[in-house]
This record gives sequence, structure tokens and C-alpha cells, in this order.
Amino acid sequence: MLIAVGSLTVMGVALGGILGAAARFLAVEENPLEEELKAMLPGSQCGQCGYVGCGQYAAALAKGEAPVTLCTPGGKTVIETLAKKLGVTADFSEHEEKGPEYAVIIEDLCIGCTRCIKECSVDAIMGANKLMHSVIAEACHGCAKCVKVCPTDAIVMRPIPETLGTWHWPKPEAPHQHVVH
Amino acid sequence: MSLLSINQSGPFTHQVSSVQKTMFTVLLALMPATAFNLYLFGWPAILLFTITVGSCVVAEALCLALAGQPIKAALSDYSAALTGWLLAMSLPPWAPWWVGVLGAVFAIGLAKHTFGGIGQNMFNPAMVGRTVLLISFPVVMTAWVMPHPLFSAGAPGLFEAIGITIGGQMPDAVSAASALGHVKTELSRGIPVTQSMAQVPDLMDMMLGYRAGSLGETSAVLILAGGLFLMARRIISWHIPLSVMGGLFLIAATFHAVDPARFSSGTFHLVSGATFLGAFFIATDYVTSPVSKKGQLVFGVGCGVLIWLIRTFAGYPEGVAFAVLLMNALTPIIDQYTRPRAFGRNRKGEPLPLGKGKP
Amino acid sequence: MKLFPIRGGIHPDYRKELSSEKSIVTLPMPVALYIPLQQHIGAPAEVLVNEGDLVKKGQMIARSGGAVSAPQHAPTSGRIQAISAIAAPHPSGLAQTTIILEPDGKDEWANLPEPIADPLNADPQLIRERVAQSGIVGMGGAAFPSAVKLDLGMRYKLEILLLNGAECEPYLTCDDRVMREHADEVIDGARIMAHALGTPRVVIAIEDNKPQALAAMTQAASVFTGIEVVGVPVQYPMGSERHLVQAITGRETPAKKLTADIGVVVHNVATARAVHHAVRFGRPLVSRVVTVSGGAIREPNNIEAPIGARVADLVAFCGGFAVVPERLVNGGPMMGQPLPGLDVPVVKGMSGILALTAGEIDPQPASACIRCGSCVTICPCGLVPVEMAAFIRKDNFEVAAKLGVMDCVSCGSCSWVCPSHIPLVHYFNYAKGMINAQGREQRKNDQTRILSEAHTLRVEKAAADKAAALAAKKAQAAAAAAAKEAAAKEKEKDETPA
Repeated sequence: MLIAVGSLTVMGVALGGILGAAARFLAVEENPLEEELKAMLPGSQCGQCGYVGCGQYAAALAKGEAPVTLCTPGGKTVIETLAKKLGVTADFSEHEEKGPEYAVIIEDLCIGCTRCIKECSVDAIMGANKLMHSVIAEACHGCAKCVKVCPTDAIVMRPIPETLGTWHWPKPEAPHQHVVH
Repeated sequence: MSLLSINQSGPFTHQVSSVQKTMFTVLLALMPATAFNLYLFGWPAILLFTITVGSCVVAEALCLALAGQPIKAALSDYSAALTGWLLAMSLPPWAPWWVGVLGAVFAIGLAKHTFGGIGQNMFNPAMVGRTVLLISFPVVMTAWVMPHPLFSAGAPGLFEAIGITIGGQMPDAVSAASALGHVKTELSRGIPVTQSMAQVPDLMDMMLGYRAGSLGETSAVLILAGGLFLMARRIISWHIPLSVMGGLFLIAATFHAVDPARFSSGTFHLVSGATFLGAFFIATDYVTSPVSKKGQLVFGVGCGVLIWLIRTFAGYPEGVAFAVLLMNALTPIIDQYTRPRAFGRNRKGEPLPLGKGKP
Repeated sequence: MKLFPIRGGIHPDYRKELSSEKSIVTLPMPVALYIPLQQHIGAPAEVLVNEGDLVKKGQMIARSGGAVSAPQHAPTSGRIQAISAIAAPHPSGLAQTTIILEPDGKDEWANLPEPIADPLNADPQLIRERVAQSGIVGMGGAAFPSAVKLDLGMRYKLEILLLNGAECEPYLTCDDRVMREHADEVIDGARIMAHALGTPRVVIAIEDNKPQALAAMTQAASVFTGIEVVGVPVQYPMGSERHLVQAITGRETPAKKLTADIGVVVHNVATARAVHHAVRFGRPLVSRVVTVSGGAIREPNNIEAPIGARVADLVAFCGGFAVVPERLVNGGPMMGQPLPGLDVPVVKGMSGILALTAGEIDPQPASACIRCGSCVTICPCGLVPVEMAAFIRKDNFEVAAKLGVMDCVSCGSCSWVCPSHIPLVHYFNYAKGMINAQGREQRKNDQTRILSEAHTLRVEKAAADKAAALAAKKAQAAAAAAAKEAAAKEKEKDETPA
């Protein structure tokens, strides 16, 4: 009996010690919270939050430096997940719900100043000095940076319309189920 | 046009079928064997049967109420009644009332609703009920009686039956061993199978069901009729019943050929105990058996072999319930390894190579 | 001919008798035709006409919008009333650009392209071009541009042109009637297509529940060699392209490949007839036969309707509704799509308009799965619907894709058979849509990253160039200054008396 208890105790202490040591010495130098938050974000690196990409926003979130309401493409769902993860209450007053958007230049207002062309990080705006500019809708990723620099407010963001090609069936209503959580 | 709601994709036609109808057909198929056995074991069996089925329905209603789910809709699918029915069929016919009630609590509460209710349970509820009872109350659960047909001489009347079932006054004189139990006991006393077989009912009685045994399991012929009816109605396929009985028969017959004194014959294994009931009605339970036909064959053979192993080497004379529960535990893994081959892909799921027309 | 078994399948209530004995009738010209620009898989067509233009029957009014696309033609003569957004015959009910044509009642043909003389000896390219110009798309329902499929002969070694006359969908009888009434046209179209594809054999597969069609086609084919008309077992979804190829040839099309990869090209019988019209008479695809049926239709019928006629026009022609329909369906009841209303137009891929009663649809709320395995047994694609749906319910598309949800042909057999009435196919359609959307998003993100990197590179290079130019300028200036200084010094030196 004593031998059994003794040997099990020794084994437990030894194995526990090894595990503890491994956790200390082999630890991965990475904030796991940051990784988790990054996985929750859409990952489109759009920069609409004001950070360079989703990774940087996640890092800021993990340090508590940024509000959870900045991700526009993620919408309400992402905000709520982030808020739940970080244990904060989301302040929706700063957030307006909108889907993916693209920029449109109002022809009459454009003076051809090329400022938006310089601002665009994906070269989605075509045009030249003194000539009317236009946006290549396929290339535009909706960051809205051009809107801010336009001196004549000639650029507006429009939601990308749903087409027959992009429409698909929504999730069916869940059947009456005995779901256990 | 507002009258047309288009919230759901096709198809816009459906086979005439429902869970309720399926369950009801199974109950219908159980009817002949049950009626015969209720006649054979008389009033105490009728009382126990009623109490067990009733308890299961009540237990289902209570569990649904606790879970805050609509009771009426769920009860109308007959699944609780079917569980109760199968549980009752696996009980000793003259067992006291509380056996049925406790069995119902274990079957419905523990085996079914803890897992999330219909469709979610891993183990066959009726067999969980029976097994828990067998392990907890081995004496009560193996108190078999010889047939006492209704209205025959010596059969208990309704009042006596109330005494037996409600009062728990089991008359000593009537107890009898089941054939499987008898052979096993004799073998443990050193009497070879060849000799002890002389005392068990002859093959005809075993087939027709005029023997000691559980409340609903004795008549192989009537259970077979019910099973064939289910196959004809396409509720079950031949895969599980045939593979259970085939697996059991083959292994039993092989060992019997090697040592007839130690091992009972394949035929004996087939017609005794709950083999037919298990093969047609218990192992075929949708929820707890594999979904693919190949998986069902694996599952069935596994059940058959386990039944023989438990009957032959384990402490219990009967092994159907244990065998089914053990194979239930393997069902998810069987499902995973017996997925059908997808069209245009090989077994590993890779696209078929070009140039070869056939896989 | 030896046939091969296909896996699974079901035997739904066919109800073809509602319309199978009704001869094809031509719809009286409606007061307006609505011709959508997208009636096919691929890019939408591009408008060629303006509001107020007068057009003739068969005149091209929108041209092909890309490599995979098809033009649209005026189904009758008249005036272009407007070009505007109209609800599409699509479950979304989304609007799409549609040309509205007001018929003038004369039904005057435009100057059509010349018939191709002796098409069976003509250059295959000529036939393909004619089919492309004529706006012909797969008329079985998929509406894939037919000319693209006729090009396959250039890239694959083809053996068989398989003409699909299975018509395995319940209710539909349009192909049945076309084969019975226009067998010669179908056979001629098939021979032309086989010539364009370069296939030596033509096999025409017809389900055994259409004995008259089988007889008519067999007779029409008997005068030619190399054409076999085969009765195939009545087993839904026999008309699925890959399954029909397997039933006829025993060959299984590998996943992610085309039937052309195993030497077979499949076209619908009505498509063959359209090819006949285009090649022999120069007539583009401007009308099609539509089965109007279902328990809610007063007099079910097979109607040759001009493209662009509203569903309401066809329903009215059939005497309207006998009872209020529970659901309007575009196509058959198994794979058809719900129609958003009666005001949508007939398009090239519309094989049926069904007005179904509640009794026919048997709508019931879904209950919990009891794992009966019926869906696994009947799945013609060898998938495990019960398992896929469980993962999709939890939005786990990755596992659903691994289990093969993208291999699902949406035949609907699993939903049909499910005793718990779980909308399995709806789950799969949802998952496919989500997976495709994720793919699009991923491509967009990749593209954004590439563009953004290119942009950064360009900006950096510009900056570097500028800096280099500046540095060069500076260096030049410095050199010039130094030279000047040196010269001055030299001069000084020179001037300094020795």
C-alpha cells in the first residue's frame, strides 16, 4: 500500500515537474490573446480601423489601447465577439452598421486634382491631372481614404450591390431541436 | 404576389413519411409477439407491460417539461412508447412494478434526455434501462417463470397478478431457468452441453416461444414476422438483422463443431434468449446504429460475435443487451470509417485518376 | 445496349400524366415581352438597342458579353419600350437589366443569317459560330452557353454525344413532347452537333416512362447510322449529366473534371432542336417549350412561349389557377427554384412553371434527426447528408467541404426522403453559397494585397528615382562647381606670374 502510494506520488511529482519546466522553457513568445483576437477579425487587412492591418488592430486590442468598435467590415457580429472575449461592453454609438462598400466619384464634382489617386493604396483610381477620375470597382477595397482627401466631396462610398451571381440561400431556420450546450 | 413565401429552397415534393409514422410502424410490428407473450405469461405480464410503457411516457413528459420543450408535439412521435415497449419486452414477465418504473427512469432520463433527447442519445435507451436493472437487481432480473397462459389452469387471475406485480409476492414454485441460463449453470457444475440440452425445450417450442424468458422475447417466429413486416415497409433493411444472426451463428457453429460438449450449437444460440428481438428490433435502432449499409454490416457482425462471447465466457447467461451497448459505443467510429465512396472520388476522397473509366 | 447501374436515387410521384398528352401549343403574343440580359451562366449580354428602336423578329438586341456568355434576340417584331431593371425569375427576386419589347403584332422576321448548306460536311467552326450567334444555351435548366460546350471537341478526344432526354424531374413533359412531335428536328440537331464535336457516336437516352417519345425517336433515328436511342430506367436523378453518362457508358467522371475528360459531351434534346433551327434556317433561339403544370393550374399544358413572356401570361393561357397555389416553381419540383412572383419572364433555361398546392408539397416543420440513414442510402453522389448538415448547422464549412458538400448536385433526393423533413438540400445550398462567397472574399483580399504591394513598390521606386535624380543633379552641380573652382584656380595660377 505504502509503496503504491509512494510510487504514484513520486511519479506525479516528477511528471508534473517536467510539464512545469517544459511550459516555462519551451513557452512560445506570443500573446495568445492577440492571436485569438486576430482570428476573430475578418482578416481583409482593409485598414478601416485606422491600423495597418488586422494583426496590428488585434495587438492594440490586446493591450487595451483600442475600442472594439473599429472594425467596419466585420460588423456587429465581430464587435460582439470581441467585446465578449475582452469582457467589455461595446459602445455601438461609434459604430454604424454597413456592409462592404466601394468608392464612386461623382463626375460633376470632380475637378481632377489627382489627390485621391495619390492616396489610393491599391491603385484603383484612374485619371490624370485636370481630367475626370473614375474608380475601378473591382479593385477598390472600400478603405474610404480617398473620401477624406477629396477637396470637393466628389467621392461617396456605396454598398456593393448583391447580384444574381453573388446571392445565395440563407441559413435555414433551425429545426426544433433538443440542443444541449 | 405575397401569398408565395420563398424562404426555402426545393425540393417541393416529399415522400409520405414522418418520424411518427416510422415509430408507429415499429410498434405495429411488435404487436404479434407482444400479444402472444402477454397471453403466455398472463396478467402479471400485462400489468408490468402497462406500467413500464406508461412510466416511459411519463418520464419523457417530465424530462421535456424540465427542458422547457413542448411536450405534446414530442410525445406524439411515439418514441418514448417504443422505448418503454422494448424495455418491457426485455424484463422478466412477473417482475415487480418498480422494476418497470426504475427501468423507465434510467432509459428515458439517463440514456435519452441527458444526451439531448430524441436522435441525440449514444446508447439504446431500452437496453441501458435493462442493463442498469440487471446489474443492480440481478436476482429480480433473472427470476424467470414457465409459461402460464391466460385462463389456463394454474395461471394467476387479475387479483393474484396484482399481488405478484404490485405486492412483489413472487410464488416460489413457478420459477424456472431460461434455456441459456440452464445450460450455463449446468456447464459450471461440470455437466457438458450435450447432456444439459436434454432438459431445454425442443427446437419447435423454442421457435414458437413456449418457453421461459423475458416478457417479449420468446417467440422467434412472431418476432421474425414483425421484422419481415418492417423490411417490407422499408423501415429497416436486411443488413443489421442478417449480420447479427449470421455473425452469431457462424462463430457459435464453428466452436460447436470443434467441441460440442463445451459450446452450444449455432441454432440453439439463434432461437434462445433475445437473439431475434435483438437482431430485428434492438440493434436496428436508427439513432444508435451506423447510417451506412456497410457500417451496419460491421455493426451487426460485431453484435453477433459479442453476443456469443458474452454468453459463452462472461458471467451472464445472456449478452444481447451488453453486445448492443458495446457496439453502440463504436457506432461513431464505424460511421467515420464506412462512409460511402463519393461519386468521382476514391475511398480517400481524392478525385479518380483520368484514363480509367472505373474506380 | 448494356446499361450500368447508378447509385441511390429515388422514385418520386411523377405526375407527368397531368400534361403528357397535351400537344405543344403556341402562346398568343403577349402585350409586352421582358428579355433579361442574363438568362445563362456567365457574363450578362450587352445591350445593342435603344429605347424606341424598332426591331424585327430574330434581330440581335444584346450581344454576347464575354467568352462564356450568349446574345439575346428579339422574339418578335416591335418597338423597344424601355430598358430597365425588372425582377428576375430567381428565388432572390433581385432585379436585373431587362429589355422590354412591345410587339407590333406582325411577327416579321429580320434578315436572318443564311442557312448553312450541307452542315454535316461544313467546317465545325462555322457551326459553333452559328450556335454562339444564335444565343443557344442548355435548355435542360442549367442554361450553359451551348457553343462553349461544342468547342470541347477541339480540346478533348470525344467519343460520344449523349443527348439527354431522360427528363427525370416529376411533372415536366416539355422534352417528352418535343421528342414526340419534333423527333426529326432533334435528330438532325444531334447529327449537326456530333459533327461539330467530332464524335462518331450519338446516344439518345430517354427514361422508360416515355414510351411514345422512345418510339418516335427510334423511328426518326433508324434512317441514320451511328445514332442509338436507349431507354434508361426510371430512377431520379437519371437526368443528372454525370449519372446519365455513368448509366450509359459505365464510366465515372472524376471529381472536378468534365464528362468531356472521359470522352462524352451531354446536351439536352431541346438544345439539339434549337441547333437545328439555327443551322438549317438561321433562326436564333427566341422561344421554347415550357410545361405549365401542378395541382393549382386549371388546365396544365405544354406551351411554346416566346422568351420574355411573363409567367402570368402562360398561367392565364392555362385557364389560371384552380386553387390558390402554395408555391410557384421554375423548373421541376425536385431541383426547381421558387419563383418570386407571376410577373417574371420566361427565360431560355425555364423548362417548367409549376403551381403546386400544399397537398403536393407536403410542407412540414423539421424535427430532430433520428439518424435513419435514408439520406445516405439514396444519395446518388455517395455523400453522407446527415453528417454534412450537422456541421453546416454549426457553420463549420471547412469540415462540410471535406465531407464533400461541393460534390453535391443538389438533386434533392435526401430532402425528399427525410422522415424528419429536415431541409438538407437547403443546408447544402447555403453552405455552397457561403463557401463560394468566402472564396470570392479571399480572392478579393489576395488581389488587394497584390495591388497594395505593387503600389508600395511603385511609390518606393518613384521616391528612389526621385532621390537618385536629385542626388545626380546635386553631384552634377557639385562637379560643375568643382570644375569651375578648379578652372578659376588654374586661371589664377596662370595669371600668377612665375
